[in-house]
Amino acid sequence: MDGSMSSPRRDVVIDVRDLRMRYGTKDVLTGVSFTARRGDVVALLGPNGAGKTTTIEILEGFRMRSAGEVSVLGVDPAHGDEAWRARLGVVLQSWRDHVRWRVRELLVYLGRFYAPYSTPEQRRPWDVDELLEIVGLTEHADQRIKSLSGGQRRRLDVAIGIVGRPELVFLDEPTAGFDPHARREFHELIHRLADFESSTILITTHDLAEAERVADRILVLADGSIVADGSVDELARQMATPAEVRWTQDGQRHVHPVPSGDATSFVRDLLATDGGTVSELQVKGASLEDTYMALVRRVESGQPAHSSRTGQDGVPATMQEVRS
Amino acid sequence: MTETVVRQVPDARGAAVRAGLARGMIEVRQSLTSPGDLIWYLFFPIVFAVVLTFMRGSTVPGTSFALGAMVLPSIVGMSIAFGGLVGAASTLAVEREDGTLLRAKATPNGMVGYLVGKIVNYTLTTLFSLVVLVIPAWTVRHDLQIDAASWLTLGGIFVLGMVATVPIGTALGSLLTSSAQTGLLLLGSMLLIAPSGIFYPITALPTWLQWVGQAFPFYWLGLGARSAMLPDAMVAAEIGESWRTTEMVAVLGLWAVAGLVLAPILLRRMARRESGSSVAERREKWLTRGM
Repeated sequence: MDGSMSSPRRDVVIDVRDLRMRYGTKDVLTGVSFTARRGDVVALLGPNGAGKTTTIEILEGFRMRSAGEVSVLGVDPAHGDEAWRARLGVVLQSWRDHVRWRVRELLVYLGRFYAPYSTPEQRRPWDVDELLEIVGLTEHADQRIKSLSGGQRRRLDVAIGIVGRPELVFLDEPTAGFDPHARREFHELIHRLADFESSTILITTHDLAEAERVADRILVLADGSIVADGSVDELARQMATPAEVRWTQDGQRHVHPVPSGDATSFVRDLLATDGGTVSELQVKGASLEDTYMALVRRVESGQPAHSSRTGQDGVPATMQEVRS
Repeated sequence: MTETVVRQVPDARGAAVRAGLARGMIEVRQSLTSPGDLIWYLFFPIVFAVVLTFMRGSTVPGTSFALGAMVLPSIVGMSIAFGGLVGAASTLAVEREDGTLLRAKATPNGMVGYLVGKIVNYTLTTLFSLVVLVIPAWTVRHDLQIDAASWLTLGGIFVLGMVATVPIGTALGSLLTSSAQTGLLLLGSMLLIAPSGIFYPITALPTWLQWVGQAFPFYWLGLGARSAMLPDAMVAAEIGESWRTTEMVAVLGLWAVAGLVLAPILLRRMARRESGSSVAERREKWLTRGM
């Protein structure tokens, strides 16, 4: 690759076309296609066994694919060399490795491998003190890794993954085992990486609220292919996931699902006809969780999830659900 | 956006080798300052000292030489082989299971750094385990013949021993699928001690067992150490009444060549299979085993 490329494709960091993976006679991926651009934060969601980890491991160059075209940072991961590897960050879930090492010692050691790949535009590796500050491990810098708590250890995993200032970061279930505070800090770290470092981030998670908070784009992998690809709002519209309007009238609590985008007119009608009896009115937009559940349910029932463009077929008929 | 040009980076491997040297030193320091490891390093030398004390008064059959004096250099040779072979194989199996290898794989030139670090680690910790053999050596000090030439020969045998055992140990370690299997390897090596003439002269064994012993590095490293540390007259207790230095170099050289050919192939094959999910799988297995 030389520096003269200036086409729009230049910004494409991940380009996957019709990726297939077969183990023996079992098809795990049956045609996965998506792209990610520089600075994108993409969340890859999907039920267990949908092929998320397989997909990520193929992109990381840790697994050979059966078929399809894959380009990561302009290189086929199956033939990625060490210079290519230096531009990637893989956040691994640590377990017992390097338990005798001290936090700073390990980060300094790993950073040394990236120094030769430093460029004027992309200084490598990260200054270890700054990195410790970012992941909140400054006070634990000289502690042995075995003495870290689970959450601290995961933050160290993130620090290890990004010590080389990667242009692309893979995060597989990064916040499993985090407490809410650590999780919030971690989300800020992701924003910082994407906004200030222009890193592209591909994250897998089961935490839909997390995906909603950090990701610009959601990919849903189910049954071996991508069944949804878009922002949270786009997916909600695609799936016609209903928004929820809640209010109290005559001492009763009402919950009413409304197609996304129609909530305003519904509320206008409601308030125009209630004679002043409605109180505690709330409108809750479609959550990613609702959209996701609808999608997965649809795939599991064997319907093609792609065809959900009209936005009507997933909506419950207008009805009034009354809960006491 | 800024240009990101993939360049050939000439000093990247050099940096990885230097990082690996640092890794080796860090790990050696960790090992030598860990009470658990120190107990392990000292345990066998103390056992050997006790064994040698009990051997007082016994002589090598057919001679008037103290048996203990013959056993001590044999232990030196055995320790070199153990450090290289079992040390390399077991750490590899353990560090594959716990994800250390995967980390190395996810780092540019990380495997180079990892292997350099391991070689430094095995070399220095094996050397340390030889130094503490001073403890049992003290009990037979009057029967040994140590001079400048002994140290030179011992140095050569140490280097040859490491080259002959670390690569083959690495190759074996790449074949193990779990750290629990290192126990089998340890057991196999211990069984090989019997026909290797370590605690008793090999000439006292049936011929076929002598051949078994002579196929493996344990016997030859023991023989080499005996040639360095014993009075020349004790050659009488050896096969063919010779120190057979040429044969020793040839057999250990063959092991070295076999190891150096096999290790990169098997190591690469094993490393290729490493990924986040394979480590996670082993972690699951390990947790459900309840160990």
